[in-house]
Amino acid sequence: MSDIHTITMPKWGLSMQEGKVNGWLKQVGDAIEKGQEIVEVESEKIAGAVEAGVSGVLRRQLAGEEDVLPVGGLLGVIADASVADADIDAFVADFQANFKPAEGDAEDQGPTTQKIEVNGHKLRYLKRGEGGEPMVLIHGFGGDLNNWLFNHEALAADREVYALDLPGHGESTKDVGEGTLDALADTVVAFMDAVGVDAAHLVGHSMGGAVSLTVAARHPQRVRSLSLIGSAGLGEEINTGYIEGFVSAANRNALKPLLGDLFADSSLVTRQLVDDLLKYKRLEGVGAALGTLSGKLFANGRQNSVMADQLASLGKPVLVIWGEEDRIIPVAHAQAVSGRVQVEVFGNRGHMVQMEAANDVNRAIARFVG
Amino acid sequence: MARKITYQQAINEALDQEMGRDQNVIVMGEDVAGGAGSPGEQDAWGGVLGVTRGLYHKHPGRVIDTPISESGYVGAAIGAACVGMRPVAELMFVDFLGVCFDQIFNQAAKFRYMFGGKAETPVVIRAMYGAGFRAAAQHSQCLYNLFTHIPGLKVVVPSNPYDAKGLLIQSIRDNDPVIFLEHKALYTMEGEVPEEIYTVPFGEAAVVREGHDVTIVAIGRMVQKAQEAAADLQKQGIHCEIIDPRTTSPLDTDTILESVEKTGRLVVVDESHPRCSMASDIAGLVAENAFGSLKAPIRQVTGYHAPVPFSDALEELYIPSAAKIIAAAKSVKEYK
Repeated sequence: MSDIHTITMPKWGLSMQEGKVNGWLKQVGDAIEKGQEIVEVESEKIAGAVEAGVSGVLRRQLAGEEDVLPVGGLLGVIADASVADADIDAFVADFQANFKPAEGDAEDQGPTTQKIEVNGHKLRYLKRGEGGEPMVLIHGFGGDLNNWLFNHEALAADREVYALDLPGHGESTKDVGEGTLDALADTVVAFMDAVGVDAAHLVGHSMGGAVSLTVAARHPQRVRSLSLIGSAGLGEEINTGYIEGFVSAANRNALKPLLGDLFADSSLVTRQLVDDLLKYKRLEGVGAALGTLSGKLFANGRQNSVMADQLASLGKPVLVIWGEEDRIIPVAHAQAVSGRVQVEVFGNRGHMVQMEAANDVNRAIARFVG
Repeated sequence: MARKITYQQAINEALDQEMGRDQNVIVMGEDVAGGAGSPGEQDAWGGVLGVTRGLYHKHPGRVIDTPISESGYVGAAIGAACVGMRPVAELMFVDFLGVCFDQIFNQAAKFRYMFGGKAETPVVIRAMYGAGFRAAAQHSQCLYNLFTHIPGLKVVVPSNPYDAKGLLIQSIRDNDPVIFLEHKALYTMEGEVPEEIYTVPFGEAAVVREGHDVTIVAIGRMVQKAQEAAADLQKQGIHCEIIDPRTTSPLDTDTILESVEKTGRLVVVDESHPRCSMASDIAGLVAENAFGSLKAPIRQVTGYHAPVPFSDALEELYIPSAAKIIAAAKSVKEYK
């Protein structure tokens, strides 16, 4: 029976309790390689694909298109072609008889976000994993720690990984002070002090990449390595139409088309994602915070701080990851870097490459930090 | 994970935060400070169901118990709004509005227009509405449609704690008279609500659930019933889209019409009496503007053209149920 492997409904983010099957990418009888995408699933926030954990043959599809299953529910079964049908049926019957969906509120299960006082301001963060060399995940402009919902758990397999909401974002203070990269970088360092992290692998997305670079420049002893994803700070060009539109969008109709620009596949933007961002934008102080940040960082249609030529002098291992179809910051910036830099470009993915190609990005970072 | 609080706590927090932000915000009404026979100080109860509990001590002098005279204190609140205060008057049960028709319909609603745009009346009138509490015909009505009928009033009917807080803050900041209606049966409903101040704009419906077979427009407490029904219908292969208008005036007609253009089928769920109701209003809107998209007649699931019964068995029959919504959705889906 141990040759029979389940494909179950994943848990993407703390609030996910069930997911909907959008369609199968493999049919019963297909040979499967470990790591291949098997079935497309949608939570209320985001759509994505479930990967095979093992190689074998897809023997059963236990959920059809549009079926809604609780997290952990059985989607399908992979086994070698040699395993008897009767054994698979017995396995499925046994699984279904013993499966109990997690009960109650999502916050009863597993890790929850916490708030911590840093320089007189509250910051929200989520810690996963234990031990190892710590890692800190830093989201981009207008994002929050949920931008890492496909990555956080995987990266925390053998180390402690913190994801925080930068000032002006998520559930952290909306006071961004000067709104400069220096100020944001110093906040990240103060956060590391507060949670007792001496030196960390920094993983930054977009503006969070520029923040990571600034931390490395100002506080080199606090940084073990840099993973820069669709990062700001590596070139002047940026889609200021997106930045300005995001700052000013006051309703769903204004916001939704902008969010489509974040992904190579715009259909990944669910209504819930738009609604969640609108809720964030309607918090008191967010408009001013985003205005201050965009004014400082992206004034006059350019990125005001380009650190690409400093990468070599930082003396840190650097991994640069980009989606080839990035419509916010051009992929050309990935090719312009030099020094001890590894570059990974994923075709047919956009600015939110850590969501669109989560498994690839997770593997690349895990390999890189060792 | 955001913090969870009840609908009632969300309303209290909105009042508290706005009173903290703006000294001109005052709360007035019957028993909003004292209540339950107390002298009103040490054991302030905070309204008949405790919604304003705690505000009396936090904001001294700005939570005012009034005599039992709705016509008097609602008029006073409207007058205070005209001269720069931002009063939140509590009407207790919306059924009592009859004695202050003139103050609301003919004065507050008309000032801006009658004075050539020079007068503003930033008053909020809060009231409980709805059936299900065995409170009989004089304390159980759903009267948002009466206010919706009057130009010059904005009418807010939140269906959950998040909206209750954001819409109440928006109501207090709005410069026109706002009627803010709270269903008694929702007071204990829990939901995620940010601790920070935020607003929800008027005239923006929420799409509570997406689906392609049947559009269900539901108001106030009926959003919950529609969600129950839609969960059941999903198992039967019928995918419902649920729209919560959140404000009946202004009404987000675009979101309703776009949804019906997609699904071709409409069920409107409204707890109030059926005649001249939000249900008939929305049915009329869709019939006039999206007739070509309709694949089936519009169905309205409402109360009856009868007083809300006191008998518990009859009252349960009066209130639109998930079962009635399911039957209506199936009938439009199966219509040939």
